[in-house]
Amino acid sequence: MDTFINFFNAAVLAGTPLLFGTLGELLTEKSGNLNLGVEGMMFMGAISGLAAVFLLELGFGFEMSGGLAVLIAILFAFLAGALGALIFSILVVSFRTQQNVTGLILTIFGIGFGNFFGEFLGRFAPGHAVTISGLAREGFSGLHIPVLSDIPVLGPLLFQYNILVYLAIGIAIVMAIFLNRTRFGLNLRAVGESPATADAASINVTRYKYLATCIGGGICGIGGMYVSMITTGGAWVHNSIQGLGWISVALVIFATWSPSRALLGALVFGALSIMRFYLPLGIPMQIYDTFPYIATILVLIVTSIRQSKEHSPPGLLGVNYFREER
Amino acid sequence: MNQQTSTFPAIQTQNLIKTFDKVVANDNVSFDVRRGEILALLGENGSGKTTLMNMLSGIYFPDSGSIEVDGKEVSIRSPKDAFGLGIGMVHQHFKLVDVFTAAENIVLGLPGKLFLDRKASTREIREISERYGFQLDPDKKIYNMSVSEKQTVEIVKVLYRGADILILDEPTAVLTPQETEQLFTTLRNMKADGKAIVIITHKLNEVLSVSDRVHILRKGKSIATVNTPETNQQELTEMMVGRAISLKIHRPLVEVKEDRLQISGLNCLSPEGVQALQNINFTLQSGEILGIAGIAGSGQKELCEALAGLYPVSSGSILYHPEGADTTDIVGKAPKEIRDMGITMAFVPEDRLGMGLVANMDMTDNVMLRHYDKGRGPFADRKRSRGLAEGLIDQLEIVTPGVSTPVRRLSGGNVQKVLLGREIDSAPRVLIVAYPVRGLDINSSYTIYDLLNEQKKRGVAVLFVGEDLDVLLELADRILVLCGGQVSGIVDAANATKEEVGLLMTQVPEEVDIS
Repeated sequence: MDTFINFFNAAVLAGTPLLFGTLGELLTEKSGNLNLGVEGMMFMGAISGLAAVFLLELGFGFEMSGGLAVLIAILFAFLAGALGALIFSILVVSFRTQQNVTGLILTIFGIGFGNFFGEFLGRFAPGHAVTISGLAREGFSGLHIPVLSDIPVLGPLLFQYNILVYLAIGIAIVMAIFLNRTRFGLNLRAVGESPATADAASINVTRYKYLATCIGGGICGIGGMYVSMITTGGAWVHNSIQGLGWISVALVIFATWSPSRALLGALVFGALSIMRFYLPLGIPMQIYDTFPYIATILVLIVTSIRQSKEHSPPGLLGVNYFREER
Repeated sequence: MNQQTSTFPAIQTQNLIKTFDKVVANDNVSFDVRRGEILALLGENGSGKTTLMNMLSGIYFPDSGSIEVDGKEVSIRSPKDAFGLGIGMVHQHFKLVDVFTAAENIVLGLPGKLFLDRKASTREIREISERYGFQLDPDKKIYNMSVSEKQTVEIVKVLYRGADILILDEPTAVLTPQETEQLFTTLRNMKADGKAIVIITHKLNEVLSVSDRVHILRKGKSIATVNTPETNQQELTEMMVGRAISLKIHRPLVEVKEDRLQISGLNCLSPEGVQALQNINFTLQSGEILGIAGIAGSGQKELCEALAGLYPVSSGSILYHPEGADTTDIVGKAPKEIRDMGITMAFVPEDRLGMGLVANMDMTDNVMLRHYDKGRGPFADRKRSRGLAEGLIDQLEIVTPGVSTPVRRLSGGNVQKVLLGREIDSAPRVLIVAYPVRGLDINSSYTIYDLLNEQKKRGVAVLFVGEDLDVLLELADRILVLCGGQVSGIVDAANATKEEVGLLMTQVPEEVDIS
């Protein structure tokens, strides 16, 4: 039982950055923009969230509580991710550049941005590494919720994660309600499915595309910050995102553009990525490392075979909208 | 809003002028439509109907002239302004989101509370449907709907937004005769309710059956407004075209006929595993035009492609009997092999340029697509294709600056002439044409009919997939009706009625009579 709880906990922790990335990209794709820059936006969020806390502590000698550190990290990671997405939106929506190419450029830019500032700022740090103080780090540790965390089995299984895990789940729920029950969600989906129809129904296509893409990018940024604050324990590690952004892009397909299925997908992929520690099969470690990627390929094959209207990508995903071409 | 039974017309335009660059699309257009009447706007392609309607629905803004709604001069600068004045437009190409339900499409983009109240909108849609006699399930997804259901959604959408002046752009182009009749019934209901309705069309019989008055446009100018009961087809055509033309389509008789293609037990599965064609049996003869009728998506495309070797056949045979040669089964042969045997296809898809011609290439290169393998070694024979293209321009009176102009710059009729001319040039024995007159005006359409008749007289077996039943009944020798991928009947065109064919389009008789 304990092994299972440990395994489940580890899967949730490993799956959460994927969940952020997936939800961010999902929102973006609902507007018809295929932003392949998730990896880059996660890098931007990772360094910005970390650097904001680091600089406030080091540069201004600001002693902050864990809670404040979390808020600052979320804010700056979101802004950095949204900035990346804003660059993407300006290029794609306003200047109508090709979406795939633009996304790839954003990835390359974001990786460079993250690693450059990560290493550059390290030169000013006492240990030549960007790290945050123990006090700030406490904000990112597991919560102890009165009563709930103490329930046997269920407590450790569900109620003792760090605050970002609950934030990700909360975003998933809000996004599901937003897309399916609200007027703006309906409008956004129409923009992705058929911008010409949305335009004719006097929906501001450009505004929806910009907003969905930038908020989506911000959510991806928080996913990156999760890695630098929790996975690597509040210290900058070179290339720390390591392809999580790419798996997120695939997970959007796995989730067939549904936030609730994204929850399941992120958990499964989280479990695959930490399996080697919990399920010894006597095979080389490197083979375990390939599992998430193999699963991604399988998912892509299965979803392309099983074509159903309900589980299809937004109708005009990846296609820029020109009103004149109606 | 229909309480304002004022003496003013719902819409009155005066001397509207709209120019694009140097082209005058609308030149002093003045017309009016009253509440409680159906006005037909009649004109050929390029006569400025769409420009005029776009000015009323806020997509274009007129250069000069005035628009009055209920006697008050208005300026319509966006579709939103048009809606504010109660003007609703039903476009020819539906603007609907496929994966949404009818209700979701109808409320799309409307202001309101944050959360959608699906129950309330469903109830309101039901009320509108009952009032005018629409058959509409608000919870049905668009992709499960037939074309006529989609059109109903479009009309209800406009009514739901409170429009009391409706503009319908070629609403019957995609409907069966029964569906058209049903649409007209609902239009008459709306008229009785005091709505002003403008219907754009070029089908004269429909103009005569549904409208109260007709306004005719020609080359951007208002020609006349006539009361429908006081006019007839011939008079309307003359006003529309500007000269007397015969509306009769010739059907020359060819005495000697022989079997050319014999299709038996043909079954095809779509890539999704749906039975696209089911047990198709018929014979195509030389010197005849066999018309194919059916609601859009009943298997016309699949049938043409199966004959041309482009669609996988799961069972059945297509026997080809060429003159003075042995019979062969062409199922499973490569498209090129089939074409070399003399079976050629000119398919005009909805976007016209999608399949058959490459929009950005010029006429020479498009003609060369059929001869690319005829040159010496790895080099293509451009000279021959160029000569051919020049020949086509003379023969078919194609209007183009020259053979090196990209075909996308040509008008619809000329594009279709290029496509057909290229296929005919290869001297085919079997010619498959699909929707060759789609979107063409009367003049160009008749040129195409003449071309096909000429082929028929030469002993070519012509398979003609058409949309307009009136044309099929006049042009074709026999009509094969498809319904849901099955042959629901083959009728003799000279003795068949429109209703008979229309009925076959919607249902397969209990005992399929294969003859």
